[in-house]
Amino acid sequence: MGEAPAIELDGLVRRYGERTALDGVSVAVPVGATLVVFGPNGAGKSTLLRVLATLLRPQGGSTRVLGQALPREAWKVRGRVGLLGHEPLLHRDLTARENLRFHARLHDVPFERIDALLDQVGLRLRGDEPVRELSRGMVQRVAACRAVLHEPEVLLLDEPTANLDPAAADALEPLVGRTSGRTRVVTSHDPARGLAEADVVLGLRGGRPELSGAEASEAAVRELYR
Amino acid sequence: MRRAVNAVLRRDLRLETRTPQVVPGMALFSISAFVVFHFALQEREVQGNLAAGVLWVTLLLAAVLGIARQFVADREEGGFEGFLLAPVDRTALLVAKVASLFLFLVALEIVAVPAFLVMLLGPAPTEFWRLLLALALADAGIAFVGTLVGALAVQSRARDLLVPLLTLPLLVPLLIGAVKISAPVFGSPVAAARWPWVLALYDLVFGLVAYAVFDFLLED
Amino acid sequence: MYGTRLRALSIATLITLAGGFALAAFYAPEDADQGFMQKILYLHVPLAIVALCGFIFAGVCAIQHLRTEDSRWDLRSYVAIHISLILGAAVLITGSIWARASWGHWWVWDEPTLVSFLIVFLLYATYQPLRFSIEDRDKQSRYASVFAITAGAFVPLNFLAVRMAQSYTHPRVFATANGGLEPHMKVAFYTCLLGMALLYVTLWKYEMSAKNARAQLKALRRRLGGDGAPAPRRSASPTLESA
Repeated sequence: MGEAPAIELDGLVRRYGERTALDGVSVAVPVGATLVVFGPNGAGKSTLLRVLATLLRPQGGSTRVLGQALPREAWKVRGRVGLLGHEPLLHRDLTARENLRFHARLHDVPFERIDALLDQVGLRLRGDEPVRELSRGMVQRVAACRAVLHEPEVLLLDEPTANLDPAAADALEPLVGRTSGRTRVVTSHDPARGLAEADVVLGLRGGRPELSGAEASEAAVRELYR
Repeated sequence: MRRAVNAVLRRDLRLETRTPQVVPGMALFSISAFVVFHFALQEREVQGNLAAGVLWVTLLLAAVLGIARQFVADREEGGFEGFLLAPVDRTALLVAKVASLFLFLVALEIVAVPAFLVMLLGPAPTEFWRLLLALALADAGIAFVGTLVGALAVQSRARDLLVPLLTLPLLVPLLIGAVKISAPVFGSPVAAARWPWVLALYDLVFGLVAYAVFDFLLED
Repeated sequence: MYGTRLRALSIATLITLAGGFALAAFYAPEDADQGFMQKILYLHVPLAIVALCGFIFAGVCAIQHLRTEDSRWDLRSYVAIHISLILGAAVLITGSIWARASWGHWWVWDEPTLVSFLIVFLLYATYQPLRFSIEDRDKQSRYASVFAITAGAFVPLNFLAVRMAQSYTHPRVFATANGGLEPHMKVAFYTCLLGMALLYVTLWKYEMSAKNARAQLKALRRRLGGDGAPAPRRSASPTLESA
């Protein structure tokens, strides 16, 4: 049978005031698998990721991440998930190293890991320049280091390669790609690429899950955007 | 918890030293204010109640500037989220912010108080320790109230208006206490001995309130 | 729910207030120094006491809101502050009239209750702008509750500090109508106080039931209108989650 799924959602509900951002989302993601979430803008993809990251509290249904129930046991999950979105969450006036040291202190990670990660993304020599002076691609690489600094078991990726050229996007691969071996939840707008890397698929529209399962056709995904 | 406070505090101090904004802003403001007071009051020097008033009003208004800036860096650069994702006690953010505001206020006073003594104060200050006591107690209170108001206002679209409008009434009791405690320094008669206790009570109450409600300001 | 017994309550309020004013005007003796105008204090002081209790009540409701996340507590808190602000404006106006009649100026710093009240009023006047400037409804309610709690804790501290600051000036003037009161004055005063308390409760219930009705209407409209219902406008008042 195997171990419990890394992520287990059953009827997840999340509202923003009078609007329902997530309306009964159910999906299970085995450990080490990749869940790809499709859907037009405003469908609730980012909300879903923020709930899984424990930044937002679920307001209905059952949510389990790494076996812990949210929101009650959110504190047990924090530190075991990593979030990478369009916002790098880095201070532009500080250097890459200073930013990463801040997060390393918060997560109680030894500083050596910072250099190892910067090495992996090829930024070791630029670690002491203010983030403001780095190109967008480089900033996202530093952000990826931040996201995996504490070796999370679950990675939440909210269109991290948006606005990046292919070379920059590829540079993130070793850290947050399939090869990283972690359980991942990835949002995607590209049906072909998304389906290629998906073990589990979820399609959202208006907060409601219209597609869900281990497989889906490209046509079905395109339907979401109609 | 100490680790997290340390992390946030170091980051904030480093940000401020890297691109100094808050402390120079407050310090410059206070000196400008003294100049303005000189012309507005048409006095070459002040003493007694007038002196206490000029100094404390200036410090308060300068503090308001600092309060408004406190959480802006966090908000603009997603600093909150970086913190919220970490497995740390969220009160650490409150402690770190209160500590950094307190330190900024002390830095402000290191500039503003001597400037005041030189520029405007008439008689030589006596019993200077009273002023130091008043400053210490007041800085703590301003740090608690300011952090609370700063966190409240950062989410609002009318941040620049709200901070002074909220802070000034809230700080009135603190102002009263600070003026009373430091009055003899400027030549006024000594006030009741109760005032340091009143100010300490104020600090305690707002410290507790801040501790109790701060988490609710961080949630989403 | 709030509309029950509202009519009976309103009638009771009217009777008590009218009775109180009559007692104050005719039954209670005139103050030797201040003459007839001193009687405005029978209006001013009960208003102040009730308004302040209203602010503290709002703080308590806010605590409950944060604890239970039930938006009804937020509404109670909002309405409480709203009514207290209205009474508060009346406090300042009547206080000013009294100051003019007794001292010749439209404002005096010698009456610590009045001065404290001004500070409290200035603080709570920012409540609605604060709410309005936060768009996310849940955040708005939460932040408003934090404000109500902070301001509620502030009220007693403020009174303490201002009282102590003025202690060297004139004795508290309304002491002549408070402790050491003659029985006639006491009767009039307490009747007025009761009347004001009833007024507060009546107004509070009126506004609560009006807001409730509007919330239910909106929920119905949304259910009927489906997705075509108009997007909610930005507003400062709390909404209740639809039943």
